[in-house]
Amino acid sequence: MRIGYYPGCSLLGSSREFNESVKAVCEAIGLELVEVPDWNCCGASSAHVLDHELSVALPAKILAQAEAAGLTEVLAPCAACYSRLIGAYSELEKNPDHKTRVSEIIEMPYTGAVKVVNVLEVLERFADVIQAKAVQPFARKVACYYGCLLVRPPKVVNFDRPEDPQVMDQLAAKVGATPIDWPFKTECCGAAFSVTRTDLVAKLCGKIVDSAVKLQAEALVVACPMCHSNLDMRRPETNAALGKDLQIPVLFLTQVIGLAMGIEPKKLGIQRHMVPVAFNAPTGAQA
Amino acid sequence: MSRIGVFTCHCGENIAGTVDCPKVAELTRQIPGVVHSVDYKYMCSDPGQTLIKEAIKEHKLDGVVVAACSPRMHEPTFRKAAAEAGVNPYLCEMANLREHCSWVHEKNEATTQKAADLVRIMVEKVKHDTPLTPIKVPVTKTALVVGGGIAGIQTALDIANAGHQVVLVEKSPSIGGHMSQLSETFPTLDCSQCILTPRMVEAAQHPNIKLMTYSEVEKVDGFIGNFKVTVRKKAKKVDEKACTGCGLCVTKCPNKKIPDEFNEGLAFRPAIYVPFPQAVPNKPTIDTANCTYFKNGKCGVCSKVCPTGAIRYDQEDELITMDIGAIVMATGFKLMQTDKFPEYGYGKYKDVIDGMQFERLASASGPTAGVIKRPSDGKEPETVVFIACSGSRDRAKGVPYCSKICCMYTAKHTMLYKHKVHHGQAYVFYMDIRSAGKDYDEFVRRAIEEDEAKYIRGRVSRIYEEDGKLIVKGADTLMNGEPVEIKADMVVLATAVQSQDRSEDLAQTLHISYDKYGFFAEAHPKLRPVETNTAGIFLAGACQAPRDIPETVAQGSAAGAKVAALFSQDELTREPIVAVVNRQAPPLFSTCTGCFLCQTACPYQAIEQEEIKDRSGRVIKTVAKVNPGLCQGCGTCVAFCRTKAIDLAGFSNEQLFAELMTL
Repeated sequence: MRIGYYPGCSLLGSSREFNESVKAVCEAIGLELVEVPDWNCCGASSAHVLDHELSVALPAKILAQAEAAGLTEVLAPCAACYSRLIGAYSELEKNPDHKTRVSEIIEMPYTGAVKVVNVLEVLERFADVIQAKAVQPFARKVACYYGCLLVRPPKVVNFDRPEDPQVMDQLAAKVGATPIDWPFKTECCGAAFSVTRTDLVAKLCGKIVDSAVKLQAEALVVACPMCHSNLDMRRPETNAALGKDLQIPVLFLTQVIGLAMGIEPKKLGIQRHMVPVAFNAPTGAQA
Repeated sequence: MSRIGVFTCHCGENIAGTVDCPKVAELTRQIPGVVHSVDYKYMCSDPGQTLIKEAIKEHKLDGVVVAACSPRMHEPTFRKAAAEAGVNPYLCEMANLREHCSWVHEKNEATTQKAADLVRIMVEKVKHDTPLTPIKVPVTKTALVVGGGIAGIQTALDIANAGHQVVLVEKSPSIGGHMSQLSETFPTLDCSQCILTPRMVEAAQHPNIKLMTYSEVEKVDGFIGNFKVTVRKKAKKVDEKACTGCGLCVTKCPNKKIPDEFNEGLAFRPAIYVPFPQAVPNKPTIDTANCTYFKNGKCGVCSKVCPTGAIRYDQEDELITMDIGAIVMATGFKLMQTDKFPEYGYGKYKDVIDGMQFERLASASGPTAGVIKRPSDGKEPETVVFIACSGSRDRAKGVPYCSKICCMYTAKHTMLYKHKVHHGQAYVFYMDIRSAGKDYDEFVRRAIEEDEAKYIRGRVSRIYEEDGKLIVKGADTLMNGEPVEIKADMVVLATAVQSQDRSEDLAQTLHISYDKYGFFAEAHPKLRPVETNTAGIFLAGACQAPRDIPETVAQGSAAGAKVAALFSQDELTREPIVAVVNRQAPPLFSTCTGCFLCQTACPYQAIEQEEIKDRSGRVIKTVAKVNPGLCQGCGTCVAFCRTKAIDLAGFSNEQLFAELMTL
């Protein structure tokens, strides 16, 4: 089975471990990732506040490239990329006459033949395979954190429950983890303010991390590079804001699955995290 | 040859301002069949009418065309005048020169020509008119009231006090409805049960009211004054005559863990139960779905302890058919449940309750005997957050409308809470405060000023549990959207008022219309608020739209008055503008071939099948027949009929063709 793959900038930069773990897990479950040829920026963060047409044209170009390469579906692991791609797709499906205008701008045909999926959607299809291959159960209490973009806006993404999503919890449970019931699944982590208003990010992430620890989670599980960098890289600021020293690691869901499948931690990029992935009692997979 | 008179009205300047009325009179005088044509300034005035009447006599007119305003305005006036002068009123027609001509066109020759054409059309119609007589239908002077809440009780009492028979049908074991569950009522804080229960008893004891509890309407046939209604009297498994209401069975029933509907799931009841102490009738019902005897044949305790042997496990549902003259729907509403709110925990937090549950907590007859205790651990909540518009005015929840009662009952809740928990603090998140009504806004101000409820204008985005508290996150939109976080002990959602479950099915059973939210539709939003589009069926209370108690009672009385007015006559007179299936001499009998396409097309179930038999009773032919009592004269069947066997009296095909051909 094959699927188009759009890594985007984060997965080649700050979230290399997400890229590595997605690729490792997909290989293990027998899903071939075909990188979209000559892909460009999805326009996240800036394009949609500057120019609406640009913010639709950039993702449309990526989808048009995928279409030209004969793909029917593109996996965008980064939640921001996913949001931009599916947002553009959905807008063009609603207004088919805009497709002509966009095709003019990107100088190639866009018909809407390529669908956009996020990493949770794809892994959900392989839930049984994943469960069968989970030879080293990840027997930890985990807090699954979805962030804002994976399930929103509900009318566009049309995936999972927008207020209390479940898919990541179900997948984590398939590999032996115990997802906790907590209220911060979709609370704001501060996202792009990571650079400009670190203080806000520290405050917002503080609530998320603190609550997860209070509810005895041993790891935070995410599926978005932005969430990850805020919860992981900004931990010193977060801890300072909280006045605590919380060392709960933040893993990508694909890393959790990879570990449970017995994939070598290094191949999953576990060593790249700022907050070291270390657990108290070696009950589950070694890390 | 016809002798038709044409009377052109100036309507002051309304018509004469753009139409040359004398010219119209002159032009129409030349139409074949017209023997008299005049114009006059105000034809509807007394001298105007006299002018018509005198002309009828003087010129021996056999048809009249009044060229004036819309027939919706003055057709009855002129038909009455014609009748007084001896012409069948249905031979008097109106040409609408005002709405259809003078008001919508410029003043010029073409406008006057059009006016003359409009008269010409009506002259042709009159030529083909046949004298008609109003239809008389008898009236059965018994009303059916569906729903035993305050709306139904009020309606039933008013009709009964007017001297007519009433059957009051209630689906649950007791009458009383939502009002019996309330603690105190706004804006006076009088005890709901104290004002309601006397009415309940009065309804039960009234010699003109027949109470049917635990019963549902199954089938409705017939038409105004002559409905045939079938009611299913569900088996209570208790012989109501033998039962003395001693309550021994209720005390002894071993299965006591069934969520109590009356207490909104905050308490339990046994399988044989009386919904609440003041229930009417105050006799128990067996909930067969939860009764051990009905589940596995064992137990039978109630039967053993009953001193009068009133338990009847073999009692069956009964179907009772009765003749009814008028029906009043008073089936009430339901509240949206807390599990419809993902952002407030999908109903998983025990201390996030709805308004009706709070009523039960505050009620002396409730599970806590009126002491405010939160459901999870029975602690007295020191901070309570009330969220108005929970689901209401929220398109994402499918309820764009305002539920109307929540602003008031939320203010009431904050007061009741403060009166019982003096050191407690109530917060209210609201969108707008809608407190229009006598003494209503003063009441809200009292909640804020005297009972110190803190009102925060904004929505709550999320509620979650942390360390035994409910964290309520919202925004204060009067403080630039400043985030607000309140650690509450209990949250009360003023959830949306919705139509009853299966209200659409019931509406279809009765052939009444309903809106997209399942509320029953009134015939006119302003001028006919308690009537439906189906003659003889009326509405009262929250089955039509969200309503508070005063409005519900007013509507109940209004519906009662409508029924009493209907019953004040022995016969009903209806317009004879109905469809007629032709009958011919044998051997044809009728051009109807019995395809009954008309029957499927008729929106009013007015078409029946009639067997034409010979003298020995052998069926020769089955043809369609229109019940004139039900037919509303819409003409749909006429258009459907393949053999043109149906005609609409006063609007026959022949007439319409003649009207077109004259142009």
